[in-house]
Amino acid sequence: MQNKKTWKATFQAFWYILPLFIIIGVFNIYPIIKSFAMAFYDDFNIFSGEIGGYGLTNFETLVSDEEFAEALMNTFVYVLFVTPISIILALAVAILLNNIKRLKPIFQSIYFLPFVTSTVAISIVWRWLYHSEYGLINYVLSLFGIDTINWLTNPDWAMPAAIIMAIWKSLGFNILLFLVGLNNIGKTYYDAAKIDGANAWQRFVNVTVPLLGPTIFLVSIISIINNFKVFDEIYALFNGQPGPSNSTITVVYYLYKKFYTEFDYGVASASGIVLFLIIFVITIVQIWFNKRFVHYR
Amino acid sequence: MAQISKKTLIYILLGLGALTMIIPFYWMIATSLKTAGEATAMPPVWWPGSMQFSNYVEAFQVAPFGRYLLNSVFVTLLSTIGEVLTAILAAFAFARLNFYGKDILFALLLATMMVPGELLIIPNFVTLANLDWINTYMALIVPWLASVFSVFIVKQRFESISDNLYYAAKIDGCSDFRFLWQVLVPLSRSSIITMVVLKVIGSWNAFLWPLLVTNATEMRTLPVGLQSFTTEAGTRFELLMAASTFVIVPMIVFYMIFQKYIIKGIANTGTKG
Repeated sequence: MQNKKTWKATFQAFWYILPLFIIIGVFNIYPIIKSFAMAFYDDFNIFSGEIGGYGLTNFETLVSDEEFAEALMNTFVYVLFVTPISIILALAVAILLNNIKRLKPIFQSIYFLPFVTSTVAISIVWRWLYHSEYGLINYVLSLFGIDTINWLTNPDWAMPAAIIMAIWKSLGFNILLFLVGLNNIGKTYYDAAKIDGANAWQRFVNVTVPLLGPTIFLVSIISIINNFKVFDEIYALFNGQPGPSNSTITVVYYLYKKFYTEFDYGVASASGIVLFLIIFVITIVQIWFNKRFVHYR
Repeated sequence: MAQISKKTLIYILLGLGALTMIIPFYWMIATSLKTAGEATAMPPVWWPGSMQFSNYVEAFQVAPFGRYLLNSVFVTLLSTIGEVLTAILAAFAFARLNFYGKDILFALLLATMMVPGELLIIPNFVTLANLDWINTYMALIVPWLASVFSVFIVKQRFESISDNLYYAAKIDGCSDFRFLWQVLVPLSRSSIITMVVLKVIGSWNAFLWPLLVTNATEMRTLPVGLQSFTTEAGTRFELLMAASTFVIVPMIVFYMIFQKYIIKGIANTGTKG
């Protein structure tokens, strides 16, 4: 690479970057600015495009809207269950996989399968598995003497149904990241621990967990952010509805509903900004946490 | 002895887990080949009496899945080609050219990755409506012709290729453009395939955006068509499962072929954060 910046190189770079920049500019950068602006519109008329002025009306509407509170609550519950359960199970499977040689690639492929499948298609399959009368899940439960559960029509069971499916779907991706992390831990650490007389559990707690810290941190960020944006799963599992009596409405579903069925662009944008801020804060907190407490690299 | 039984335990646990992962897929395919009576039989029928391949034919008659397939293939193909081209060109500039504003521009692009795409759908929908692109292939393809993430992957690979190659090519009178396509791209083949594979999966499975910009039946992609088919199929779960199989299987086959690249791609982007 030439060491000095030149106008010749700048002129040349312009043409190389232009195609990308047109698309990113129009469909990423402009809409970021625009949605912040839209969130602060007052009395926006979508038909005439007239704006009554700028203010906090949309955010006031959000704060007083019980449905948005529900959407936030549900999204937090979803994230709080899916993320840790999926991570713990994935870590367990990854460690088991790391202990075997035969069949390892086959197991890995099977666990990873849900990741490449269409969320909509697999949610429809789960809708069938959850069917109250003919579903496989209720049949299996009945073998253990458990009564029929109306997974998709009972508001109390709708969220657990969505959470179980999401854990199942996200497992493979997390397992893969953990396997990479585990591969990066040198065998010498385990040998040293063994010489010192550490048993399997002590090796796990004192070697694996601390050395896997950066990976666990990374997997958590990715999962939390992805889970906060949940939409496809809910939409397809409940056939376009946000669950029975709104029981699984999430932030993105709320945004979609305000935008696409109620044409309230301002409030929809404001809810998008809230989503962005939540994700932003979590990312910052985790980066800080990582710098502060995860010392191993 | 203790060693053997421990290994066996690991295999049993992993096997049970794998079974849980695979049962929904098995149940989908099994149901898709059952008669309506078998599909709703209690206790469930584990293996269809005779394979009802006619369910697939019927699903195709009830909804235009051929058209949905064509749309999905077309949209996936064009948006992937576009993204590869824009990413390779931009990655070259960022990796090899020393231009004014480079750092600021790259930081700006990285910053856009922090914003959830869901926030952007509203202004983007308005933009497309103003262009009169709703219900067109343009709406399904054009916004997805570039991705900062892909630039990032390709740029990293380009930067790892020795400068000496560049100088040697220069001395031989090779232009930057030719150097890019005849030296850098072939050397970065595996990174580019990884990017393509991830893009194809993402594009094929995309739902929210195609749902918003298509309301005409003939413009739907497979996931959107499948979702609307649930209304048309009603309680005919054997048809619904046939259609779901039809949407899922191409990506599973694709995954089996390119597994190595998918795993490599996720491992790389994952560990480098």
